[in-house]
Amino acid sequence: MIVENSEVILSVQDLTADVDGTPILKGLSLEIKAGEIHAIMGPNGSGKSTFSKVLAGHPAYTITGGTVLFKGQNLFESEPEERSRSGVFLAFQYPLEIPGVSNLDFLRVAYNSKRKHQGLDELDVFDFDELVQERLAIVKMNPSFLERSVNEGFSGGEKKRNEILQMALLEPTLAILDETDSGLDIDALKIVANGVNQLTRPDNAILMITHYQRLLDYIVPDYVHVMEAGKIVTTGSKALALELEARGYDWIREEEAIAK
Amino acid sequence: MSASVQTLVNQPYKYGFVTDIESETIPRGLSEDVVRMISAKKNEPAFMLEFRLKAYRHWLTMTAPDWPNVHYPAIDYQDIVYYSAPKVQQKKQSLDEVDPTLLETFEKLGIPLSEQKRLGNVAVDAIFDSVSIATTFREKLAKEGVIFCSISEALKDYPDLVEKYIGSVVPIADNYFAALNSAVFSDGSFVYIPKGVHCPMELSTYFRINNGDSGQFERTLIVAEANSHVSYLEGCTAPMFDTNQLHAAVVELVALENAEIKYSTVQNWYAGDENGKGGIYNFVTKRGLCQGKNSKISWTQVETGSAITWKYPSCVLVGDNSVGEFYSVALTNNYQQADTGTKMIHIGKNTRSTIISKGISAGKSNNSYRGLVRMGPKAEGARNYSQCDSMLIGDNAGANTFPYIQVQNNTAKVEHEASTSKIGEDQLFFFAQRGISSEDAISMMISGFCKDVFNQLPMEFALEADRLLSLKLEGSVG
Repeated sequence: MIVENSEVILSVQDLTADVDGTPILKGLSLEIKAGEIHAIMGPNGSGKSTFSKVLAGHPAYTITGGTVLFKGQNLFESEPEERSRSGVFLAFQYPLEIPGVSNLDFLRVAYNSKRKHQGLDELDVFDFDELVQERLAIVKMNPSFLERSVNEGFSGGEKKRNEILQMALLEPTLAILDETDSGLDIDALKIVANGVNQLTRPDNAILMITHYQRLLDYIVPDYVHVMEAGKIVTTGSKALALELEARGYDWIREEEAIAK
Repeated sequence: MSASVQTLVNQPYKYGFVTDIESETIPRGLSEDVVRMISAKKNEPAFMLEFRLKAYRHWLTMTAPDWPNVHYPAIDYQDIVYYSAPKVQQKKQSLDEVDPTLLETFEKLGIPLSEQKRLGNVAVDAIFDSVSIATTFREKLAKEGVIFCSISEALKDYPDLVEKYIGSVVPIADNYFAALNSAVFSDGSFVYIPKGVHCPMELSTYFRINNGDSGQFERTLIVAEANSHVSYLEGCTAPMFDTNQLHAAVVELVALENAEIKYSTVQNWYAGDENGKGGIYNFVTKRGLCQGKNSKISWTQVETGSAITWKYPSCVLVGDNSVGEFYSVALTNNYQQADTGTKMIHIGKNTRSTIISKGISAGKSNNSYRGLVRMGPKAEGARNYSQCDSMLIGDNAGANTFPYIQVQNNTAKVEHEASTSKIGEDQLFFFAQRGISSEDAISMMISGFCKDVFNQLPMEFALEADRLLSLKLEGSVG
């Protein structure tokens, strides 16, 4: 939802980043305001996933230039766990399995680390159990998933629902969904999208990264950006996504070439 | 949680202090005279001296094993002090008479011995270098007929029991280090549980090496008569020295019909510094004999210290329906090396064994599981289940599994499962992205990995073990 004069949540200017000395992001700029839903589309290798990991602070990437402000603060000054606690959430494309650590414990420790950051008392196991039962409904998850190890033996769809459950608990200001639709059948996609929609508020924002317009039928973006060779080359409304679906990415490259 | 783990992991090895106390130490080196001298100092019965001399003479013909997956320069056995004891002429009858410096030392180690402070439900035998300095709750245990004392006292007070069982499970010629121990062992614990007695409290021995030049060679013997039950725990620490020290212990357990012995170890000898300098060579022979029908011996070990660990707590399952268990967590960091595991020797019918081994390797360390399961020709219906899991932390550590399976009876069943997992950049990033610090992430993953083993430890020690592992993994990632 586009709101006039709403707060700028994320402001990215000319961002460049390397992995192992190879430049991946080459001057990316983007602004996201409270209440908005953005989608980034683009061909494989254009740097979409890199962008999401750079924002979250994955240690494999080196920032070589540009600035990123999150709620007005330099994002790169804080450690990955501090970014999470202050409201940056990344739903992983491939959520890891953590054998031996129960999902419930993991969720509780994550939730309490945020509470602590906000200066609130940590929830004890009983209060947390109540809270998590309520949030499970958002992604229609069976409580038995809480007793299992984090993502261990979960299907692709169950892992993605578990990611959205974490989002529902952490209530981020900026949620980055990295190909959350990949590997989902249509029913699972609806559940996940429905979950995300329940979590949108006027004071938070969502950045979706996806290959396919299919997801955008369920989570309707205010802006669609096309990324190509490490930067955003064009921005439009949801209509742009439909056009991409129909015509592929080549026409954008052609238009770009003509413009030059 | 984060803050407390932070303070914990930033502590160096906190047991590394040296107690300044006058010791009676014999000159370095090993000879028949030294063996005689040790025996004489302890006023041992003649059979013990014979045992020692036989072991010594046999040891001279043996060579150190070269099959373990560990590497160290040859040990100069003439450069070791074989007997070192704090200058107290006689074992004191009451704790009030024990040198306060020693009581303080143990208190500093978290093992208060005095009447007011000691643990309510654990009897402790405290061993300092070569001698036992105090054993708590002796009278209370005596009322139940339980004997819990140092092996030196047992040799004086119950020589027949010692003579009957010592060397019956681990013969003097069993292996190089067991032979050496049999020749020069200085002290250790003796436990005897009479028929039908369920030992009313945990028994525990705490070993402390203090002298920088001495080796430690303790000998533990536990005998559980028919229908009895005992749970025993040992802990150990040593000061930080730049040189390597040898610790070669022998532990023998005997379980008669329907008896059960549970033996737990939390081993935290000094491991050497982060460059691999110093640390204890922990070359230990531990074996339990399930002699009676339906008897059970269970080994639980948490191995976190020592520069090198070479140890295979084993069960010989002679009695029909007897049960052997081995639960192990072995953690290596920096330049530590561990080659540890178990042997389950099935001899009787319907014998069962379980092996759960969890190896954690961090830094540049090397951690090997080595285990033997043997089903003898008469082991009708015997079963074994083994599970060996390895966890690698970072990119420079090594983990190996060497299972040996020998089956001579076609009704026996052997199952073996193994897995390898990793704590690396991606796992830590996943936790960090959910607001969880890497210290907490590692501690959660390690606790989860070790859960099956920690559940076997007496409660007080399970918490301690958990804490100890977090502490040991300080800065091992990233």
